[in-house]
Amino acid sequence: MLLIPCPYCGPRPEIEFRYAGQAHVARAADPSALSDAEWAQFLYLRDNPRGRHAERWRHTNGCGRFFNCIRDTLTDKIAATYRIGETPPDLAAGAEARR
Amino acid sequence: MVLPSSHSRAGAVADLRYSILSLVAQSFRGNTAWRPVWREPEPKPAYDVVIVGGGGHGLSTAYYLAKEHGIGSIAVVEKSWIGSGNVGRNTTVIRSNYLDHANIPFYEWSLKLWEGLEQDINYNAMVSQRGVLMLYHSDAQRDALARRGNAMRLNGVDAELLDRDAVRRLVPILDFDNARFPIHGGLLQPRGGTVRHDAVAWGYARAADSRGVDIIQNCEVTGITVENGRAVAVETTRGKLHARKIGLACAGNSSRVAALAGLRLPIESHVLQAYVSEGIKPLVPNVITFGAGHFYISQSDKGGLIFGGDIDGYNSYAQRGSTPMIEDVMEGGVSLIPTLSRLRMLRSWGGIMDMSMDGSPIIDKTPIEGLYLNAGWCIGGFKATPAAGWCFAHTIARDAPHELNAAFRLDRFAAGHLIDERGAGAQPNLQ
Repeated sequence: MLLIPCPYCGPRPEIEFRYAGQAHVARAADPSALSDAEWAQFLYLRDNPRGRHAERWRHTNGCGRFFNCIRDTLTDKIAATYRIGETPPDLAAGAEARR
Repeated sequence: MVLPSSHSRAGAVADLRYSILSLVAQSFRGNTAWRPVWREPEPKPAYDVVIVGGGGHGLSTAYYLAKEHGIGSIAVVEKSWIGSGNVGRNTTVIRSNYLDHANIPFYEWSLKLWEGLEQDINYNAMVSQRGVLMLYHSDAQRDALARRGNAMRLNGVDAELLDRDAVRRLVPILDFDNARFPIHGGLLQPRGGTVRHDAVAWGYARAADSRGVDIIQNCEVTGITVENGRAVAVETTRGKLHARKIGLACAGNSSRVAALAGLRLPIESHVLQAYVSEGIKPLVPNVITFGAGHFYISQSDKGGLIFGGDIDGYNSYAQRGSTPMIEDVMEGGVSLIPTLSRLRMLRSWGGIMDMSMDGSPIIDKTPIEGLYLNAGWCIGGFKATPAAGWCFAHTIARDAPHELNAAFRLDRFAAGHLIDERGAGAQPNLQ
């Protein structure tokens, strides 16, 4: 069971959350201007690292809000969570503020 | 430790054919004359084809490359031991009860290869065609399964729509009068069943080795050398292997290995758990899938009940799962077969799935010359093992896909030709 620190509600059990895929995949301002390859890149292509991964979660059975999370996909350790629109914390500097 | 040299063993391997006579002869010698059934060769500097990944798909690809296409110089490189990944972590089910026109012929070819596999590779893989039964719990589900059964029959696949009484005669242990999800009937594929999964890896390894394939274990690929748009070599922890063609068959880690060649894939890696109970007397005669939740179950010849359900639902490379999914699967199981609540769960494990964005696989060339991809098997790669290897071998040898895997294209995501069997959209965690 993951204990996920929601930026709004604090640490809550995994079953209250739904996963929502890789974070910071920006939707183009004008999708119709994209080529098929660029549109497929936005829709389908993902980084899928083994290690630290910036991802979105939604606190479905809590505050209902989306937020971002940096989690290690091998160890499941959550390094940080932060609100949508905030810049990712600089983890290299050791700023593991929210465990 | 005294081991026979690989040269002497190579001859012994080619000569030894399993039969009743060989078993009797060995038993008279106290079973002391058995030899390792594949060599452990040192990697050579160059091969015609190098397959990355020594699981079921990689080994069957190498076997069919040698057998069907006469390619003489093949290596399979595996980062750990062969069969340490998903071929040893699945629930051993084989079936071809699909709906999509791109999928039915492919999986039916796989089932036909399963039916002849043991004779073909002279290895007991315990192929057991005990039937796969998909249950329905409402009129709408019955109509959907009738449609599926008709699609299967139109493609020459066996399918029988059973009513409630027929299912009750087959599996009396189910909870037919469940207040929320009463069982109204099921769609049975009698030719579906189970296979001993480890034996699939070992059998293909032995058969490939006897045709001269070098199986190189403990050999992790650390780089793919691309020169002028062409893949020419793999760099490994045991040296650099040049190759005219390189095939990737490393589902679970496809994104990582493809990234070594600069490719980005429409895949997320997720963990899927499976479970086995303590061994009991025969209870479940075939493979049964619950129509009201994601749960399926069969019973091994040892007596353990083997069952599984959904993926955990977030990117993971950890080959172990989280507890909420264990609870979810157990709830599904007890809803279907209430007496399961009296059993102990013996163990659970996790495998890493290549979850593709449309729920269907990829067997194709890549934008890089000489680099081929077999990936995206989601939660159903085991049943595809023979046909995936057969089609991937064809794609590599002929430099073009076979008709059976022509729809499993890598570029279908940009072209819009998705294979919408699951209807889940680009949401791997919902598949």
